[in-house]
Amino acid sequence: MSDVSQPAAHPPVTDWVHDFDHTDPQWTDDPFPIWDELRATSPVVHTNRFLGCYLPTTYEAVREIANDTEHFSSRRIIVRDVRPEINRNAAPPITSDPPEHKPAKQLLLPPFTPDAMKKLEPRVRAICNELIDEFIAEKSVDAAARYTKHIPVRAIAHMLGIPEGDSDLFVGWIHMILELGIKDETKLLQAVQEMSAYFSAQIEARKTKPTDDLISYLMNARDKQGNPLEDSHVLGSLRLLLIAGIDTTWSAIGSSLWHLAKTPADRDRLIAEPELIPTAVEELLRAYSPVTMAREVVKETTISGCPVKAGNMVLLSFPAANRDPKMFPDADKVVIDRRENRHAAFGLGIHRCIGSNLARMEMQVALEEWLKRIPDFRLDLAGTVTWSQGTVRGPRQLPFLLGKAM
Amino acid sequence: MTERLKVHVDPDKCQGHARCKALAPELFELDEYGNAHEAGDGIVPPGLEDKAWLAKSNCPEIAIDVIEE
Repeated sequence: MSDVSQPAAHPPVTDWVHDFDHTDPQWTDDPFPIWDELRATSPVVHTNRFLGCYLPTTYEAVREIANDTEHFSSRRIIVRDVRPEINRNAAPPITSDPPEHKPAKQLLLPPFTPDAMKKLEPRVRAICNELIDEFIAEKSVDAAARYTKHIPVRAIAHMLGIPEGDSDLFVGWIHMILELGIKDETKLLQAVQEMSAYFSAQIEARKTKPTDDLISYLMNARDKQGNPLEDSHVLGSLRLLLIAGIDTTWSAIGSSLWHLAKTPADRDRLIAEPELIPTAVEELLRAYSPVTMAREVVKETTISGCPVKAGNMVLLSFPAANRDPKMFPDADKVVIDRRENRHAAFGLGIHRCIGSNLARMEMQVALEEWLKRIPDFRLDLAGTVTWSQGTVRGPRQLPFLLGKAM
Repeated sequence: MTERLKVHVDPDKCQGHARCKALAPELFELDEYGNAHEAGDGIVPPGLEDKAWLAKSNCPEIAIDVIEE
């Protein structure tokens, strides 16, 4: 017998209402009709898979859970086949509950304000153009492999002060943590250990040679009593910034380009009216929200009238909430000039995404630069668009044909 | 004559999404953490009424009030 753990095989889903599985290929390819079916049945559904898990599909139920930190804990934020042991400093503040949450979050907020992001914008614009330079002369390109994948990882590497050239390493860890790690604990732990070792070395180097990047910023941070953060806290926050900053925005940029590739009217309008891009980005965030965080039920309660039991996980689906027709007229349509758009793509309540201003800037710049230089593009029907599995949804293969259709 | 409008951000509800600042930069300000508050006394200058309503209807935390005086 081998002592190497094997990822669990999941039987295909035949009853979405009582046995949903967010890793099922049908969900990965096209989750929208599944959410509609579940929402029509109940605001909250349950599966026995993943050791017991609930899924709210209405905006109201998602809002209730996101604002209820008494019954729902963030100590586990990814739904997996296993429940790894709780680590207080896993990835603060995303894995923190009150009262530890607020001071941990306040530390990280100043470097991510809209003004701070304006200073980073020129670097992101340059990254986008460096990438486009590499393939613009070609007739076809995988836009995920050669464009969307590289923008956020290089931007966050730039902020953290780690080599942009190590991007492939970071992307590999994130794939192991957020996708393979759902069913394979060995891969999850391996990636966490490698990432921790990498950042420990970066921290050590800065003890003798301080820098002016985010790693040094965290090392120099002091709590209200004037004490430095524990080493494990610094490491945990660095893991969070790298994990949360990469495939989320990569996915959002990819879904946006995918939409524009198959919707020439929207593409042409954004080229003619580039000032509409920020509004369109909000709508693309609503319609193709990449991130589903999770919570653990720690006290029995009810959500939108549905009882939930302690010990189960909750797949807190911001993407499903954003498709709720009770909240958004024409929720299933992409309306790029939608004016009223109270979407929850970056979460609701105290765990609002720290990097939302960064993600918005990256999306706007990535679309602006692409549309400026590549106004004509479409899906290559000879290729296949593939989507990531699990916590973050976005295209991982995005075959495009460039130039005017012949 | 139209009534005067005033905007107000509930600091307990605001989570720093910063949508109001993006949509109506004249009416809102952000603190060092990126959390929003109304600029000055919150009175909406003539011509900016539409922006006030837009900020309200785009706040994910429903933290913004537009008060008609």
